[in-house]
Amino acid sequence: MLDLRWPIGLMFTLIGALLVIYGAATGANTEMYQHSLGKNINLIWGVVLLIFGVLMLLGAIRGKKTPPSA
Amino acid sequence: MQPIQLHWIDYTILLAYVAFVLGIGWALARYMKSSSAFLTSARSIPTWVTGLAFISANLGALELAGMAANGAQYGIATAHFYWVGAIPAMVFLAVFMMPFYYGSKARSAPEYLKMRFDERVRLLNAGAWAVMTVFMSGISMNLLAKLLHLLLNWDYNWSLWICSVVVLLYVLKGGLTSAIYTEVLQFFMIVLGFAPVVYLGLQDVGGWTHLKSQLAVVAQHPAALALNDKTFAPDAWSSAWKPLLGGSANNPMGVDLFAMLFGLGFVLSFGYWCTNFLVVQRAMAAKNMTAARNTPLVAAIPKMLFPAIVILPGMIAVALATLPDKDYRIPPPIISEANYAKAIDTVKNTQPSVADSGVKSVSEALGKKVYADKVAALISANATSKLSDAQIKEGLYNSIAENDYDSVIPSLVKKYCPPGLLALALTALLASFMSGMAGNITAFNTVWTYDIYQSYRRLVLDRPRPATILRADGKHEDVTVALKDLGDEHYLWMAKVITVVGTLLSIACAYFANHYSNAMNVVQLVFGFVNAPVFATFLLGMFWKRTTGTGAFYGLLGGIGTSAIFHSLTLASGDLPGIKGGYVEVMKWFPSEMAQNFWLASFAFTACLVLTVIISLATAQTKSDADLKGLVYSLTPKLKDHEQHFLQRPAVLGVILIIACIILNIIFW
Repeated sequence: MLDLRWPIGLMFTLIGALLVIYGAATGANTEMYQHSLGKNINLIWGVVLLIFGVLMLLGAIRGKKTPPSA
Repeated sequence: MQPIQLHWIDYTILLAYVAFVLGIGWALARYMKSSSAFLTSARSIPTWVTGLAFISANLGALELAGMAANGAQYGIATAHFYWVGAIPAMVFLAVFMMPFYYGSKARSAPEYLKMRFDERVRLLNAGAWAVMTVFMSGISMNLLAKLLHLLLNWDYNWSLWICSVVVLLYVLKGGLTSAIYTEVLQFFMIVLGFAPVVYLGLQDVGGWTHLKSQLAVVAQHPAALALNDKTFAPDAWSSAWKPLLGGSANNPMGVDLFAMLFGLGFVLSFGYWCTNFLVVQRAMAAKNMTAARNTPLVAAIPKMLFPAIVILPGMIAVALATLPDKDYRIPPPIISEANYAKAIDTVKNTQPSVADSGVKSVSEALGKKVYADKVAALISANATSKLSDAQIKEGLYNSIAENDYDSVIPSLVKKYCPPGLLALALTALLASFMSGMAGNITAFNTVWTYDIYQSYRRLVLDRPRPATILRADGKHEDVTVALKDLGDEHYLWMAKVITVVGTLLSIACAYFANHYSNAMNVVQLVFGFVNAPVFATFLLGMFWKRTTGTGAFYGLLGGIGTSAIFHSLTLASGDLPGIKGGYVEVMKWFPSEMAQNFWLASFAFTACLVLTVIISLATAQTKSDADLKGLVYSLTPKLKDHEQHFLQRPAVLGVILIIACIILNIIFW
């Protein structure tokens, strides 16, 4: 059966990468980031999602039967 | 709230999620060769997946919005739904009940009741369940379509149909497995989508210490935010137990210790977590007994920490609302533009000297309670220097003395999310609604196919029956004819047909809920009637071998009847007799709806328990001990956990979880 870590990993890697790129491209827009208390939350959270996604993918590649976290 | 404009990045992320969900359905389609693969995942899924799906199935949108709403209204005591309610019940399910659900090889909770008792009990449970799941998924979709309309100005009909079709496609392709997989995806989406919003909100309030001191302000003057008419001790919103120990008058929930521990902690929570097929079905899809038993335990770990994501936003919202410089209020109920226009005219045409009558007319025009001082200030501000319509409208928006607590999460998302992060949070919301629908549809199609349709076919339609045939020699002969048992392909076909039918019925229910604003109250009410007593039926069935089918059936009916009678005779203060109760006569007033609910559950459970015991003792047991092996505790060989690693034994894990839960209760005492 499909290892669920593949879709989870792929999806969060993709969304994380999108947020990082978008965050980097809009970093100068201070008005937009007033919402998030002046933090470039897209860049910060994009990195978090990217790390999570890549970890899931690594888990899927190693194909271990043990749960990744939890 | 003004609709939000989405950017390309937001659309891309939303579409990516939908594409992945559909992709999972397609990737699983080739495994869906039998009705059991489609409806029960053929018991093949690893623990961490069923575990996360187990809580995720419950983490639908109603739960998300509802818990944040409770967090705003009642503060951290809402966490009792998790730390007193869910965790002990989940441990009990894992350690004591799962061996019978999984070990009996029943394919659904009603089917267990049939094995243990008889067809009557199954049909009562399955019928109520089938109706409820369809309504629940309809209500969930109605809320989603409304939210998308409100937040993004998307068309209600299009939102409803498109989201339903997405759900239908992936459930139809991948069956229960695809619902479970997307629930896990949704779990991560919700945690990772809302965590930054909560973090930003907490930062904005000034951290946990400041949050607590602001909540003390709230507790002493809850009327200032239209939260509650009474005043409470400063820690009423920020302590979980102290206000509760002071009795029902000293906490905003209006609940005392007994109602909390017995009503919520025992009856409601155990009833929900241990018998609700929607969640139990996830554990029953696990690959083996250990995986099935560990499913609720794996689920309990994140569940314990969920208050940080679902309740904290509500607490942050009330704290923010006390800080004038944050420019935030808990959103008021939605008011039509026409009513706003009427109220704006009233403000313009009222002289400050007669502000009192102006306040009254504004309140009538809006159809809501208003803060008299704010409206009076608005009238005099407009008299001194003419305000624009938009300014008056904003003033009116801030003057409405009623709150729509369910909108707390969307309002925080709107406040703190720039484009990009916004898409993530919106996707999390969308995911929770869609998987709420998928969960109900997959529970519905299983119960329909196995407990209603297959059972009906075998009992009625395909039953061998006498017939008279005309032989070739011209004589008549009496014979018994049995139809050929329809193969599994027929049931797989039926399961798919009913998935489509269930989705269409849900859409119909969504429109129904949209037209009758009370629909949701009615459904939750009936759900409460049915759910509270049924735990007694399962409990007695599993742990007392003398329980008879007749006892269980009439006990359950009696429990449901008790709920209805109790409800018709009691009312929560502030409510009018009718849908909220007391429609026969109000014999008992409760301080809050929550207290009324907890007591209703306690009565219904006790009635079902007592009646089932009495009727069972008065009727003969029709099942032999051999029939009940594997279904009743005392007749089933004890499971040996010794070959497993010490830390993987359900009982050991359960104890660790309970200790962790007690520690959390002490920290937030």
